[in-house]
Amino acid sequence: MTGLLANAVLASLFILIIAMALALVRLFRGPSAQDRVLALDYLYILGMLMMLVLGIRYASDTYFEGALLIALFGFVGSFALAKFLLRGEVIE
Amino acid sequence: MSRVFPAPLLSLALFVLWLLLNLSVSAGNILLAAILAIFAPLLMAPLRPQHAHVRRPWVVIKLVCRVGLDVLRSNLQVAIGVLRCGIRPPHSAFVHIPLDLRDAHGLAALSMITTVVPGTVWSELALDRSTLLLHVFDLDDQDAFIEHFKRVYERPLMEIFE
Amino acid sequence: MTQTLPFWLELTTAGLLLAGSLFAMLGALGLVRLKDYFQRMHPPALASTLGAWCVALASILYFSGLKQSPVLHAWLIPILLSITVPVTTLLLARAALFRKRAAGEDVPEEVSGRDGGN
Repeated sequence: MTGLLANAVLASLFILIIAMALALVRLFRGPSAQDRVLALDYLYILGMLMMLVLGIRYASDTYFEGALLIALFGFVGSFALAKFLLRGEVIE
Repeated sequence: MSRVFPAPLLSLALFVLWLLLNLSVSAGNILLAAILAIFAPLLMAPLRPQHAHVRRPWVVIKLVCRVGLDVLRSNLQVAIGVLRCGIRPPHSAFVHIPLDLRDAHGLAALSMITTVVPGTVWSELALDRSTLLLHVFDLDDQDAFIEHFKRVYERPLMEIFE
Repeated sequence: MTQTLPFWLELTTAGLLLAGSLFAMLGALGLVRLKDYFQRMHPPALASTLGAWCVALASILYFSGLKQSPVLHAWLIPILLSITVPVTTLLLARAALFRKRAAGEDVPEEVSGRDGGN
């Protein structure tokens, strides 16, 4: 891997970290519970993208499986949280 | 034929999925993929009381390309809307859309399309499937949007599933 | 793995990676900046569609160039996302409508007479 691609990978990891920080702002500030669930779901997607970029950085296939697992667990987690909100037992 | 392969498209998808996940087309993997493709749909068949009948593959391909292009365009629109939201807040609105599509699989595909396109979020469907509540990120003309939505997405889905 | 890639392939991969992560960051920015909850439901789709497409395409190009044969498995990620993300988004939208109605906020009435829907 030459300098161009290595630098691009580093830059995109940095941008993804900024995005995660922004999503964390919404997660902590979000006025309602659904805002927090939305931010958590977004964090999962960002983490998955980060795994794909890391896979390119280390030229390894293993990261792809990690990304697939994060996507699946993120789906299950967000689904459960959204379902819990929908049942309406926690109304602010 | 239909008793061995209750869902041929699902079988094909599982076959390709297995080979892609293992990144090899060796004889052993092809055998495992074939076992998965034959037995998984057979085991799943009792869970799917209604069968989807997909017709007109040409319309399917055209719709997929159309949705891909719309996703690109809508991504740019939402990104620009986010950047400019300090100067000009987007005119978001709920839209009630009268539906003619009744098939459950068609409605599922429609909900996937509307949610994947960033500019729209599927919010609620009436119990009798006659009205759809859609949230639109930036809405200019409500009647034109409804007409466009019905022509571009609902009409092809009715051709495919009904 | 000391295979070197042709320059144009590296350039395309780098561009796709930067574009994908920029779109993901714009989505996060929208999540923070927009005022209304239903407006905030839109930007996350930026990362799960175009962001994921760009990064997956970059991964496919890079590994295909590295191994000198098509390596397509990264394309499973956008396909998986396009199946799972609508389900969570739809449930979250319905949960938000339900909770806002219960709290008496300004959202549309239920489209069918009683509670229910999909």
